Amino acid sequence: MSNYLEFEKPLADIEGKAEELRALARANEEMDVEEEAAALDKKAADMLAELYKSLTPWRKCQVARHPDRPHCKDYIEALFTEFTPLAGDRNFADDHAIMGGLARLGDTPVMVIGHEKGHDTKSRIERNFGMARPEGYRKAIRLMDLADRFGLPIITLVDTPGAYPGKGAEERGQSEAIARSTEKCLNVKVPLVSVIIGEGGSGGAVGIATGNKVLMLEHSIYSVISPEGCASILWKDAEKMREAAEALRLTAQDLHKLGVCDEIIAEPLGGAHRDRAGTIERVGKALQEQLRVLGKKSPEELRKERRQKYLDMGKKGL
Amino acid sequence: MNWITNYVRPRINSLFSRREVPENLWTKCPECGTMLFHRELADNLQVCTNCDHHLPISPRERFDALFDGGIYVEVKVPEVLADPLNFRDQKKYPDRMKAAVKKTGEKDAMLVGEGEMAGTDIVAAAQNFAFMGGSMGMYVGNAIIAAAERAVEKRCPLILFSAAGGARMQEGILSLMQMPRTTVAVQMLKEAGLPYIVVLTHPTTGGVTASYAMLGDIQIAEPNALIGFAGTRVIEQTIREKLPEGFQRSEYLLDHGMLDRVTDRRKLRDELVAICRMLMKQPPAVAGTLPTPEEPPAAEAGEPEAPEAAADPAPQAAPAEAETAAGSEPDAGSKAKP
Ligand SMILES: [Zn+2]
Repeated sequence: MSNYLEFEKPLADIEGKAEELRALARANEEMDVEEEAAALDKKAADMLAELYKSLTPWRKCQVARHPDRPHCKDYIEALFTEFTPLAGDRNFADDHAIMGGLARLGDTPVMVIGHEKGHDTKSRIERNFGMARPEGYRKAIRLMDLADRFGLPIITLVDTPGAYPGKGAEERGQSEAIARSTEKCLNVKVPLVSVIIGEGGSGGAVGIATGNKVLMLEHSIYSVISPEGCASILWKDAEKMREAAEALRLTAQDLHKLGVCDEIIAEPLGGAHRDRAGTIERVGKALQEQLRVLGKKSPEELRKERRQKYLDMGKKGL
Repeated sequence: MNWITNYVRPRINSLFSRREVPENLWTKCPECGTMLFHRELADNLQVCTNCDHHLPISPRERFDALFDGGIYVEVKVPEVLADPLNFRDQKKYPDRMKAAVKKTGEKDAMLVGEGEMAGTDIVAAAQNFAFMGGSMGMYVGNAIIAAAERAVEKRCPLILFSAAGGARMQEGILSLMQMPRTTVAVQMLKEAGLPYIVVLTHPTTGGVTASYAMLGDIQIAEPNALIGFAGTRVIEQTIREKLPEGFQRSEYLLDHGMLDRVTDRRKLRDELVAICRMLMKQPPAVAGTLPTPEEPPAAEAGEPEAPEAAADPAPQAAPAEAETAAGSEPDAGSKAKP
């Protein structure tokens, strides 16, 4: 583990000590530290369970944004075969913040589209930290349309801090692109399943997250505004992000109660970043099951039910 | 139906708040600094008579000028859950709502009306920036859905005037969900083959622009309106450079191909009439047959059905009693210029 979150610091200390002891023992054959180290391991495991038992909303935001969390590309590589990336909006550019293409999930050919944040400095810059420009949404529209015409289910993997707030993005119609992408989500007659794998940041998420079913990983978030942004507007103090995160009800658990999230996918103990393969496997299973059920519905039903789902939204509070 | 609370009280409130500021007969144009007499400004649709700057206009004032004789019937908007998230920042959401209701005399940030515009049936929806920044929450979503459903029922165009900072944070994810929700409303119109015309007014930003406000068959903006997805300050902080003059303003968007037209508020009605009538394959409007907004003929003023009946597919059967009581509401709207 290289990246500990701020609230995981006590855990980092204990795990660090255990590591140190073992390193000492390796250097000095006469030392027997295993008993002591094992005790530290046990303490660390207990602490991890305790920390993740009831994460506060702000801590969930941190976990959802964890740099070691599996990202869109990791899911695509591990879950799908024959992934064939498709690029470009046929208009201006190819936006690397949104990736997508044809692939097989099991035997089923599907269209997979998602935000990709990148995993190191170079790829993060190339992916613009997962913040898409209009071209990204227009590529998504094109791919959804393609899937619709050939009857392929669409899977979207959502992980973005939000759409990119840039000069060119505005000039090329960021809002129009998002609006049309949402419209396309609501128009297709094939199953559309969205998974919020990390951050569902506002309109930039909605544009590809308007599915028949919206699944969320246990520690993912989905919100109208970032807690920092909300705090600076309503509290006039960006440091009040903890309070804002509470008030916004952005956790998978609250969104499930509100009917926005249809299914919560449990994460391995300590979060997706502690067991990436395990997390990806769970997402794969949930997707297979959703597609199996939705696959039985007619094209008309799929579209009608999807629209009704959004019309009904907000009928129940917390 | 408790129409007294719903319809009469807000009007009393607004009359009251108007009386509270009797000195406020002059408005200073924020653009050129000219002192403008309120009556003169109202007659000019809140456009500065000196520099043509467009000041904010309330939905009721807009409807008075839009509909023939200022006569329209409010389309009833289904109630929403108050404070679904139990949201509290430095103030409680219900307290913010109460303050906004008191300030504007309205229930929430959107008004929907139906009536005739140069003899053409229309439904119009106008967002109220004075009500919590026009923010889009469940009520605004319901208003747009009600407007679309009514337009489909009447088989007429929907004209929407947008004005909002964006989504209503106090409704959290449910405000965000108004993006797909209102998009479904737009789809209802498209599938019924009916025109959906958007007039973007100052300011229209955030999730509102990224949904129903950018999905019009025709996109018109009032001059110099701020229109965009991200806030100017956020963009400047992100890209660390100054934005060009006029960035995210109507004319800038027009230059970048994002709008069909930029139209002066005083010419807007004629343009909307022409567009609606052409899209509906109706003959050109005949000038001169329209009642003037100042003096609606008495017979027509009584005609609109009760607001409660507005959503009823067969409103002709409204009892005479109710018709008088509630029918006075749109009539009262036409007297907004005392
Ligand atoms: Zn002026």
